[in-house]
Amino acid sequence: MTPVQGVDQAFWYILGFSVFLLFGITAVMIYFVIRYRRSRNPVPSDIRDNYLLEIIWTIVPTLIALSMFYVGWSSYIGLRTVPEDAIEIEVAGQMFSWLFVYENDKETENELVVPLGEAIKLNVTSLDVVHSLYIPAFRIKIDAVKGMETYVWFSADKIGEYDIQCTEYCGAGHSEMLAKLRIVPKDEYLEWLEEE
Amino acid sequence: MIKTESFYDTPAPAGLTGIKAWLLTHDHKRLGLMYMWAILFWFVIAMLCGLLLRTELMSHGRTVMGPEFYNALFTLHGVIMVFLFAIPSIPAIFGNFFLPIQLGTDDVFFPRLNLFSWYLFMFGGLLALISLFSGDGFPDTGWTFYVPFSIEANSNVGLTVMAAFILGMSSMLTGLNFITTFHRMRDRRMGLMQIPLFTWSLYATAWVQILATPVISITLVLVVVERLFSVGLFDPDKGGDPVLYQHLFWMYSHPAVYIMILPGMGVISEIIPVFSRKSIFGYKAIVWSSMGIAIAGSLVWAHHMYTSGMSDVSVFIFSLLTFLVAIPSAVKVFSWIATMYKGSIVMTPPFLLSLLFIYLFSIGGLTGLVLGAVGTDIHVHDTHFVVSHFHFVMFGGTGFAFFAALHFWWPKMFGIMYDFKKAYIGAILTAIGFLFHYIPMFILGMQGMPRRYYDYLPKYETGNFLAGFGAYLLIIGILIMFGNLLMSFRSRVPASSDPWGGTTLEWTVPSPPPVHNFVEKPQIEEYPYDFTKVVERAKRVKGNEN
Repeated sequence: MTPVQGVDQAFWYILGFSVFLLFGITAVMIYFVIRYRRSRNPVPSDIRDNYLLEIIWTIVPTLIALSMFYVGWSSYIGLRTVPEDAIEIEVAGQMFSWLFVYENDKETENELVVPLGEAIKLNVTSLDVVHSLYIPAFRIKIDAVKGMETYVWFSADKIGEYDIQCTEYCGAGHSEMLAKLRIVPKDEYLEWLEEE
Repeated sequence: MIKTESFYDTPAPAGLTGIKAWLLTHDHKRLGLMYMWAILFWFVIAMLCGLLLRTELMSHGRTVMGPEFYNALFTLHGVIMVFLFAIPSIPAIFGNFFLPIQLGTDDVFFPRLNLFSWYLFMFGGLLALISLFSGDGFPDTGWTFYVPFSIEANSNVGLTVMAAFILGMSSMLTGLNFITTFHRMRDRRMGLMQIPLFTWSLYATAWVQILATPVISITLVLVVVERLFSVGLFDPDKGGDPVLYQHLFWMYSHPAVYIMILPGMGVISEIIPVFSRKSIFGYKAIVWSSMGIAIAGSLVWAHHMYTSGMSDVSVFIFSLLTFLVAIPSAVKVFSWIATMYKGSIVMTPPFLLSLLFIYLFSIGGLTGLVLGAVGTDIHVHDTHFVVSHFHFVMFGGTGFAFFAALHFWWPKMFGIMYDFKKAYIGAILTAIGFLFHYIPMFILGMQGMPRRYYDYLPKYETGNFLAGFGAYLLIIGILIMFGNLLMSFRSRVPASSDPWGGTTLEWTVPSPPPVHNFVEKPQIEEYPYDFTKVVERAKRVKGNEN
């Protein structure tokens, strides 16, 4: 299972439970309001608590919550465990663009090109204020902080063009701090890498 | 009941006349109302800022303003909504007005300090206004003032940060007053498990206010020191740590979320039993969950920082704790719904608003699970998903609880009743607009649209247009609701001392209450939500179901 699938499964798991719970809560609430309206039920009962019920509705949500924690955490492990043969690229955020530096010192601005079928590790830092590198298609995001190196990785498994956005507010040009990720066949990548 | 003069006719301290009777008052009820007008003013301003923001986003590219103005505007919207509306609204208005009455006493423990808090609040607001029109203009840092950006920014950050500092003082002093009043002024016959839940929620909130606010105060001072003297605490160029700032900031600002929502939950715990004419279900569980939220909520701040570069161990711990804090909130929701079971329910505007609260707050809480789980949060962190989530909690939650409290206690505060039909129309329109406004943002966030974006990739245009459309509906709804309440001053339909059939002490005193609150010694019931007498009274008055 790829990290993207792991994260998406966690989404479905949590959202599925949430929709179910929301529907249940709302339906019961509306039913009570209609069923026990004053014109139909003029004299209320006096029920103040029910310990068994209260214990159940404390323990069951706790178990559900812990399972959600587990699903979320295990999908995160996928995002943090970088394959050993990953290609490493240095990334630096600055107001307001992204710089990419390859192993052979080739440098590009706002254009990240990687070969198909490889694992890519991005080592991220910032040259000024805090930025955040976000590639929605691969569900990855990490802050770029000056004086600190952080990382993300993804598996370049499909040819195409993907958006890279900055998600940590960094000033007037924040929303223009966009870059493109291009996943290309390996030979095309090698050719591109040698270009001046 | 003996006919008495209301607090409007009796200045406290005695002898003050005209405007002085308000500006120098020690009366917690007058102070509550003074807060109300100030807070409503700020709410409307910040709401209009929000409307302008969404209008700008309705179409791709520049629509009505440039990026600098947009950034200053969302900072202004955030600062006002957080520090001048959501944090003070329910405690400062309804807490001030009703906490002493619910405890069976005549004022708060430190009435002069209470007046001083109001002046601090007004002064803080004034500073925010000044920072808007002086120097290099309002900050464009966002309400989070993240370093190093907030240190480097040329705009008026210092003054705005000072404003937030002073507002924090005001909030702390109010909390101090509530805690001392709770312990020292409570009617001697009232035990801890006989205190109304609204007052309990304010008590839990007050502890968070006192313990967490100093952290932000210190942090804000450090930002000012850093700006003026460049000591290098947060600036990486001088060996400082920007992530340290984020920890300090959220150490207050996450508990602040509970400062905003706990009093709202307290309001709902009062309203649901009254209109179900049935005791609240699980009184003790609600009390404990309030205290549990206050404590556990103070230990989860770094779930705002999964992507900040902090260690994976911290991420693990904070995610786990975050899921545990969800439980007490769930318990409250279940208790409210169980309260309606076999009740005798009558629909009124405050009740409708409370039902809407439960629905919207549940969505806010459940989407919070997506953000508490690490893997999913990484994708939607700092996107519109988060914007939508916290508006469901802060607006669908605190905001709707505030509207519900206004409609619930309006007859008590002013002695007049408003028109129900217009209140329903306003509430329903607000809720529909709300869903139109925020549901598209969930989808935008899942698709990857970041927050605080002046402009966006063309593929996000449809969602943003819909959200903008919802914003207009939403605001029309709110204006109808407020307009209807204001209209009640013209028609002046008198309200009785107990128009709803409530059991807590505020419904035993005249509407509006006299200056010392109680005409005769308050009768403390064994249990604050015992509706037997209300039911009996209703049986005696046949043909009048209310």
